[in-house]
Amino acid sequence: MKKTGSQILLECLQQEGVDTVFGYPGGTVINIYHDIADYPIHHILTRHEQAAVHAADGYARTTGKVGVAIATSGPGATNTVTGIATAYMDSVPMVIITGQVPTPLIGNDAFQEVDIIGITRSITKHNYLVQDIKDLSRIVKQAFYIARTGRPGPVLIDLPKDIQVASAKFEYPEKVELRGYKPTYSGNARQMEKAARMILASRKPVLYVGGGATGADASEDLLAFAEMTQAPVTTTLMGMASFPQRHPQALGMLGMHGTYYANMAVTNSDLLIAVGARFDDRVTGKIASFAPHAKIIHIDIDPTSIKKNVRVDLPIVGDLKDVLNKLGVALGERPEELAAMVDGSAAWRTEIDDWKSSHPMGYQASDSIIKPQYVIEQLRELTADDAIITTEVGQHQMWTAQFFSFSQPRTFLTSGGLGTMGYGLPAAVGAQAAFPERQVIDISGDGSFQMNSQELATLVQYKLPVKIAILNNNYLGMVRQWQEMFFDRRYSETTMELPIDFVKLAEAYGATGLRATRPEEVGEVIRKALATPGPVLMEFKVDREENVMPMVPAGAAINEMVLAS
Amino acid sequence: MKHTISVLVENEFGVLTRVAGLFSGRGFNIESLSVAPTLDPSVSRMTIVTRGDDRILEQINKQLNKLIDTIKVTDFTGQDYVEREMALVKVAAEEETRAEVLRIVDIFRAKVVDVTPRSYTLEVTGVPTKLDAVIDLLKPMGIKELVRSGPIVIGRGQ
Ligand SMILES: Cc1ncc(C[n+]2csc(CCOP(=O)(O)OP(=O)(O)O)c2C)c(N)n1
Ligand SMILES: [Mg+2]
Repeated sequence: MKKTGSQILLECLQQEGVDTVFGYPGGTVINIYHDIADYPIHHILTRHEQAAVHAADGYARTTGKVGVAIATSGPGATNTVTGIATAYMDSVPMVIITGQVPTPLIGNDAFQEVDIIGITRSITKHNYLVQDIKDLSRIVKQAFYIARTGRPGPVLIDLPKDIQVASAKFEYPEKVELRGYKPTYSGNARQMEKAARMILASRKPVLYVGGGATGADASEDLLAFAEMTQAPVTTTLMGMASFPQRHPQALGMLGMHGTYYANMAVTNSDLLIAVGARFDDRVTGKIASFAPHAKIIHIDIDPTSIKKNVRVDLPIVGDLKDVLNKLGVALGERPEELAAMVDGSAAWRTEIDDWKSSHPMGYQASDSIIKPQYVIEQLRELTADDAIITTEVGQHQMWTAQFFSFSQPRTFLTSGGLGTMGYGLPAAVGAQAAFPERQVIDISGDGSFQMNSQELATLVQYKLPVKIAILNNNYLGMVRQWQEMFFDRRYSETTMELPIDFVKLAEAYGATGLRATRPEEVGEVIRKALATPGPVLMEFKVDREENVMPMVPAGAAINEMVLAS
Repeated sequence: MKHTISVLVENEFGVLTRVAGLFSGRGFNIESLSVAPTLDPSVSRMTIVTRGDDRILEQINKQLNKLIDTIKVTDFTGQDYVEREMALVKVAAEEETRAEVLRIVDIFRAKVVDVTPRSYTLEVTGVPTKLDAVIDLLKPMGIKELVRSGPIVIGRGQ
């Protein structure tokens, strides 16, 4: 029996096991929206296409499955761009489906036509314009395969309207054939042998873990490997939740707002083992002074990440799970040498402990004003271990990374690579849709919140009980901090002059609003929010000019930190 | 250093823009680029001449390989290969220079492919440096138009 293009698309989604999609209708996807009601696919209508893409992203980051978003052509498609770029930078598996004007009109500046393939070429792992209905199911199959394999990423399918209404026989291909795409999963045995020797020879090793560990679901393997070598573990913003932050070997985050001891450990190490990380400039600071005494082993699924920014002594391309396991086996086969290495690095561990005790992470507590870090600590205290935390971008994001002590993988959703304000709330929509029973909390700033606050409507409509914690400093705080430190305190356009009544805003959407203005109210407000069914917005009036510390000024070496006074 | 890279790609919609966009987006330079289908019409070959140090070339190589439509990347630098480029040169041919133009044609085994009362159009094939030499010699006669194909290369032996 023949099916229409829009039915074929939906059949394909079903074949891929898609249960939830996020989107927004319009003229060139109206057929898909007409047909979707016939399929067991839950559609969540966000209030903006950017939010639909972030929601699909949140769904993907929490579940590890491919997130799916749908938008109409023209403005719908352009609205997806920030969401796609966010997912691309953080390697999130997604398929974005955009409607397109009918094929005969393409190139004519038709109503709501944009060249979304051209626009998204550099922010997708791959993209497709479907030109013939006969190609549709093959393209969808390939799109999902490309999105989730290798280094994951977003794939866009641009589907012209005439192809949605045309009809053809539906057959879902069994295999994907892409002669140009064959990710390397298995680490090269000789390289791993060399790596094992380098590890056994080291006395000051550090594991530097990035978002790839989450993408590869390699947390357990990482923990086993770390414990075997006793090497301290520092993580990037993207890698935080893949290693339990209360583990004695955890050093927290490195880089611009990293801990003193993580940055000192990297600077003084003799062997840096990079695991699914890409030496971002926010991590390395001044490249020439980054890990100057260390040999570098770089393990990554994506060969282009290796030797892009820093010299690497030993590259290993492969799946982190596979490589960490095999390295563990190789070390396990030399118990005496391993014991010698672990014993031999005892002095190193003492050195690190000394840095930890001389410069612990902390902040000036107060009993008269709410310290933003205190709110984060209280949130950790009062939420479940498996609570999913999303953030926006700014100081609140860094404090979350510094003080939340993540303990489970896929519980920290934040825009690391692109740094997209407005990410957290829609990402929470996606996370909560994936896990209706878990606690999902968006830790937000007053500035960022206003970038996608319309998603309060989505929460209320779908009864998604997301809790929002706004750390309100009435500032674009992170930019203000830079102005304070590097621009003579000229707070140009970073003061949010208009005080918003966030509680009333929540209520206007039919959500609950709560406010804390004094430290003793913080715990109470959080408890109440967690006990209240449905979405709740908590506003915390925090110390306005608190800064994120330590801080490595842009361009400085990471051991040249400005520390809290 | 100059590198000549041969890239086999799927002959798909938009593949040229993907490759060109990769170079411009990452700040790699392209000196020349030529594209045509291979014996297998589903595959095209691009020959790209670029410049960069080892680190940049390694990135170019890896980034090209990362494109889904890329089937194979070969950097011919340091390998044994045959390189050819073609130029079409429209050169002024006045009474007093006609003979000289033909002499150059002869020496470099070029061909006259079009003649008008005031110009010759020459076809010159060879390695790029040979083309440079011919063009230099023709310049004093007055080159009206010059079209170069960019080099193409093929490995020696099997
Ligand atoms: C879409 C977007 N625009 C601009 C920026 C630049 N930026 C980074 S942090 C920040 C301030 C964020 O303010 P807020 O959300 O209130 O968080 P705070 O730093 O005060 O915690 C800005 C403007 C950005 N990251 N994203
Ligand atoms: Mg703020």
